This record gives sequence, C-alpha cells and structure tokens, in this order.
Amino acid sequence: MYRYDSFDQALVNERVEQFRGQTRRFLAGELNEEEFRPLRLMNGLYIQRHAPMLRVSIPYGLLSSDQLRMLAHIARTYDRGFGHFTTRQNIQYNWPQLERVPDILADLAKVEMHAMQTSGNCIRNITSDHLAGVAADELTDPRPYCELIRQWATLHPEFSYLPRKFKIAVSASDKDRAAIRVHDIGLQIVRNDAGELGFEVYVGGGLGRTPIVGERISDFVPVRELISYLEAILRVYNLNGRRDNMHKARIKILVRAMGIEAFRDQVEAEWQHLRHDPELQLEEEDVAYMRGFFQPPAYDTDAGEGDLQAQLDADRAFANWHRHNTEAHRQDGYRAVFLSLKAPAIAPGDMTDRQMDAVADLAERFGFGEVRVTHTQNLVLADVRKDQLHALWQALRDLNLATPNIGTMTDMIACPGLDFCSLANAGSIDVAKDINERFDNIDYLYDLGDIRLNMSGCMNACGHHHVGHIGILGVDKKGQEFYQITVGGSSSNDAGMGERIGPAVPKDQVADTLESILHTFVEHREGDEPLLDTYRRIGVKPFKEAAYA
Amino acid sequence: MRKIIRDGAIAEDHWQHVADDAALPAGDIIVGFARWQQERDALLRHDGRVGIRIDGDTSLLDIVDDLEHFALIALNFPAFKDGRCYSHARVLRERFRYGGELRAVGDVLRDQLMYMSRVGINAFEVREDRSIADALNAFKEFSGYYQINPHGPIARDTRRQQRRAAVAAG
Repeated sequence: MYRYDSFDQALVNERVEQFRGQTRRFLAGELNEEEFRPLRLMNGLYIQRHAPMLRVSIPYGLLSSDQLRMLAHIARTYDRGFGHFTTRQNIQYNWPQLERVPDILADLAKVEMHAMQTSGNCIRNITSDHLAGVAADELTDPRPYCELIRQWATLHPEFSYLPRKFKIAVSASDKDRAAIRVHDIGLQIVRNDAGELGFEVYVGGGLGRTPIVGERISDFVPVRELISYLEAILRVYNLNGRRDNMHKARIKILVRAMGIEAFRDQVEAEWQHLRHDPELQLEEEDVAYMRGFFQPPAYDTDAGEGDLQAQLDADRAFANWHRHNTEAHRQDGYRAVFLSLKAPAIAPGDMTDRQMDAVADLAERFGFGEVRVTHTQNLVLADVRKDQLHALWQALRDLNLATPNIGTMTDMIACPGLDFCSLANAGSIDVAKDINERFDNIDYLYDLGDIRLNMSGCMNACGHHHVGHIGILGVDKKGQEFYQITVGGSSSNDAGMGERIGPAVPKDQVADTLESILHTFVEHREGDEPLLDTYRRIGVKPFKEAAYA
Repeated sequence: MRKIIRDGAIAEDHWQHVADDAALPAGDIIVGFARWQQERDALLRHDGRVGIRIDGDTSLLDIVDDLEHFALIALNFPAFKDGRCYSHARVLRERFRYGGELRAVGDVLRDQLMYMSRVGINAFEVREDRSIADALNAFKEFSGYYQINPHGPIARDTRRQQRRAAVAAG
C-alpha cells in the first residue's frame, strides 16, 4: 500500500495544526459558524443530531493493521467504542467532542491518515474496487491511479470551493464493483488498440434527489493526460455549475442542462489549453513509482489447500461461509475473505473497537497486515491462504464477523438514519433489524440468490437506495416515518435506477412488503435467475399488484 | 490609506475603487467590467493607471484583448464560498500570461488565502472587520503542496528530485 514520504507527512501534520488554529479561533468567536462550516467540513467534521460527526478518509478503502488499530483507539478514546463504515469506504464516528477533534486528527496523522475532504464542496475520497490487485477480471491494479488522483485532489487550489461535492471512482475490472456510473466522474481503465492504458471517462452520474446514470464523455484518455482531463472537467463545472440552489448544484445537473455533447465540447476546448502543460502530465516515472507501492505480497506459491476439503465436508456452517463470504483469488492457494458487518441486530457497517483491534491482529496473522473496506460496508482480507480459512473462520465467528450472508438480501447497505443523522427523515437501523428478524432463515436467503438491498433514511441517498435491486427510502409523512420501496436498481455495469412499486408504507409494514416482493419474485422466477433479471423480464407491475393487493 | 496584503506583506494601497456612477478621480482607479465596456475610450485616456473588477460570471474572453491596459485585475468574491474566480485567476496567469496585479476583493478571509495565493492571486483586500496581520499567518501554514505553485517551487518536480535522490542514496 502507499506509504507517506516526508512531504506527505509534513502536509498532513501541518493540516492538523491549521485546523487546531481554526477550531481555537471558532471557539474564541473570531470565526462565525458560517465561516467555520466549510473549514470543519473539509476536515470531515459535521454537526449532527447528538454531537459532531467525524468522517475519516480511507483512500480507496485500503487500511494497514496499524491504521485499523488507530481507528479502534479513536473509537475507544474519543467516541463510544464503535465506528460506522460508509459507502465511500470511509469510517464515521458519531460522538466526538468538537474541542478534541484536532487531537483525533493528530492521532490519525501518526498512522498516515487524515479526514481531509471527506465533506465539503470539494473533491471527496477516491473510491475503487475492494478486490483491486487480486481480482481475476482486472486489467491492471487501479490503486496507483487512485493515489495519484488523491494527491492531485488534496488541497487543490482551484477546486476546493466548487458548487457542490465531487466524487470520483475508479474501476479496472470487467465487472464494476465501484459503482462508477453513479459518480460525478467515473473512470474505467481500458487498453486501446495500440495496447496503451488509458481511461474511459463517465461524467454526471449521481444519486441524491436527482438520480442520474453518468454518460460517457470520452472513450480514451491516455494515462499521461489524465490529470489535465480531470482539470478540464472540473474547471468547466467550477465556472458553470449552479451556485444559486444547492439541490441543483451537482455536475449531473449541469451536464443534463447543457447536454453531453455541448458539455464535452467545452471540456475538450478547455483541455486543449491544459493537456500540453508538463506540470499536469503523468510521467511513466510517476506511475511506476506509485505502482511500486501496490506490488503483490509475498505469496507462498506452494500453498496448498491443506485440510480445506475435509473441513468443508465436515461442517455445513463453515461450508456456507466459505461459499458466500470468500471469493476466488488470482493466486493459486489463496482466497479473498469478506468480514460481514451485517450481523443480525447490528447496525449495518458498524464495528466496535474490540472487533477492530481483533481484525487488525487477524490481518497480520492471515492477510499480510492489510484490510479493505467495501462500498457495501463490509471488510475484506484479500489474501488468505486456503489452508488457513478454517482457523480464520473460527476466529471471525467468535467476533460476530462471520455471518454467512455476503451478497444476500441481509447484506444490506444502510445509512445511519434518523438515529444519528440530522438530515434523515426516517430511521434505518431499526428497519434493518426488522428485516433481519423476518428473514432469519439463511437457506431461504441463499435460494433467493444475490440481492442487493439498499436503504437510505432520506432522499440524500447515502444508502444508495436508487441502485439497490431492492431500495428502501425513508420519508416523513406528517411526522410519521414511511418508506418508499423500489425494485430493479443496479450500480454495476448495467447501472440504472429502481422503480417505485407504489405508495410509501409505514415502518411496521416494510418487512411485509419485502416478503411480498420476494414471493412475487419466486413465483415468476425462471430457473436460478437473479431478482434483477426477473424484474427486467416482467416489469414492476406484478410486484406492485402483489404488494398492494 | 487602506492597507492590503501584496506579495506576502502588508502594504499601503493607493488604488481607488470607483463606483459605476461616480466621477473618475485622479490617480490609479479600479472600475467595474460594465463601466470599462461603456467608457473604454475615456478610460484609456485616464491620467492614472486603470484596473478592472470582474466577477465569476464574467467571460475572460471579453477582456482578453484588453489585458495590456490593466495594471490590476480585481477578482470579486461575493461570498467566500463562491470559487469561480479561482479558475479565472489560473487562466489569466497560465493561459493569458497576465503579469499585473491579481487582487482578491469582496468576502476575502484568512482561511481562503492559502488557496487564492496558489492560483496566482498576489494581492488581497482582507475584509475590513478582520485583522490583516492575522491573515498574513495563512501563508505560513504549509511548507508544500501537491499542485503547482506559481510563486514557489513546483511540487511535483521537487518531489521527483527528492525521490531520485532517495533512490540514489540507497
């Protein structure tokens, strides 16, 4: 993984001291709330329902065991003993004290971490494929490019007061696991006919109040010119994006208003001025240097399977976990292991300090000391020897991190909802709990196949409800919590928004409605087809009719 | 006389902002873009130097042919959160090679100076209810940046050299 040099470290340390000064000036009344707001937001700090909320950046979801231990330390020392992993592969703390945030940031800096640009109208954390570097369908490791983009975006002088937030995701695989089509900019690494690497670029995707699938703005931007192309897009957006209405300020609104052709023309015109600037060109040396940080670990090429087959045969619970919570690996003798943060009765994505410390130990014992955060709010140990899977499973089970539900309906994405968030209209945590209680038969869930259930507590869509195969959106109806339910969304290569099945239902009917959707699915399903395929074949009508019969 | 920050130090400012409907005073003046368009010939005959004040929605193409006439361009920040003039500043410096004074005016506060100074803005009318001496501290907060810095070492090249030196030293 990337390690800071003295330059990176100095910048992060200086950022901590800058924010310490800003916090002091705010508390002394020298900065008013409005002036302090963007400064704290660009250091990850929100003012929330109960207390400030601090969002810590985890670039492209990659953590060392020492960094995870620091996250545990922060949860224990400054919070109430847990943290919440997010769809941007970050972690949030819900109970820090404003006065102590500079100390938290100083602790983070000790392990090469920060909270810069996790909020505010600037370029946010760069996200990517949680299986980067180990996926079989990968063209090249996207993470060196993510890090180059991260550095370019950090404290960018021109693009730190944009009309609105700006999210970039990078994928290099056939299967899009980074949801690039619902980002402000989505980058797909491709190879052209001449064999050169470059980027297929999507622009103007996003969820929130106005969900839009991004459009392709370029088939191929050479690696050398990536940064200048990004600058051209950002500049056109910075100068032309709406600033009069924050709900219409994202780049997707601008792209839609101009039309992709006119937007592309402006970007191309701007790019002609930027692309020849040597300062903005990525040299082969830059990429090679960055690539050096993401070399495969020292795999044991003789690693066999050990007793794996016998262990699988002997224990159905282990076999279930192996089948659902582990994935094929590029290296013989290894698998990637998912740690489910979706145990029943646990808020999706939450983790305690004790679990974090224990996983840090397990990462060192079984996974070369690295952990990844997925945008579906789970963790991954990417490089585990097959003959050690059983031992790891036992350890994870003791930690309540081995719920064998990855990819099933209870592996749901959920925002913190009304319990924590001051934007939310409705709770998500107790709905998740209801769903877990209703659908507690794991064999039934397995029979249903892959179902992505996404839930947001308001239309800001932090839980990506539009792109869930099943989506749940919390709304406020005269002070009551209601839930709109959609089917048929996807954030993958075939990205699209789900379709509403009917009027919102009260909280105590969400599980019933889901049950009706699942019955309709099973009734119409052909063979083993996934829910998404059934929906695309039969449309929303049968789901609607059954749910509101 | 009003004090501003220019080139990293507090300086006396002799430039006068002139409202669109006010008579032109003697000496160096800053007029709005609209007035420049309407009274270009008269302003070219003015006996002092002329600066122009532009907003985020001013198209630079409308002033690019006149840049030689401006000893100063004031970039207006109507609110500190309005970031359009950051783009204007960079385009003026990098594309149009504008060499005169680029001055931030409007809602100019200490905590944005670090960004403004790195897009080529070299003068700052810090809001009058704030300490200009305190604002100077904004330039001392960071020892380096990832991006270009028109007034200092170029970050990426500096880092490349550091890396090469580190590799060479084993």
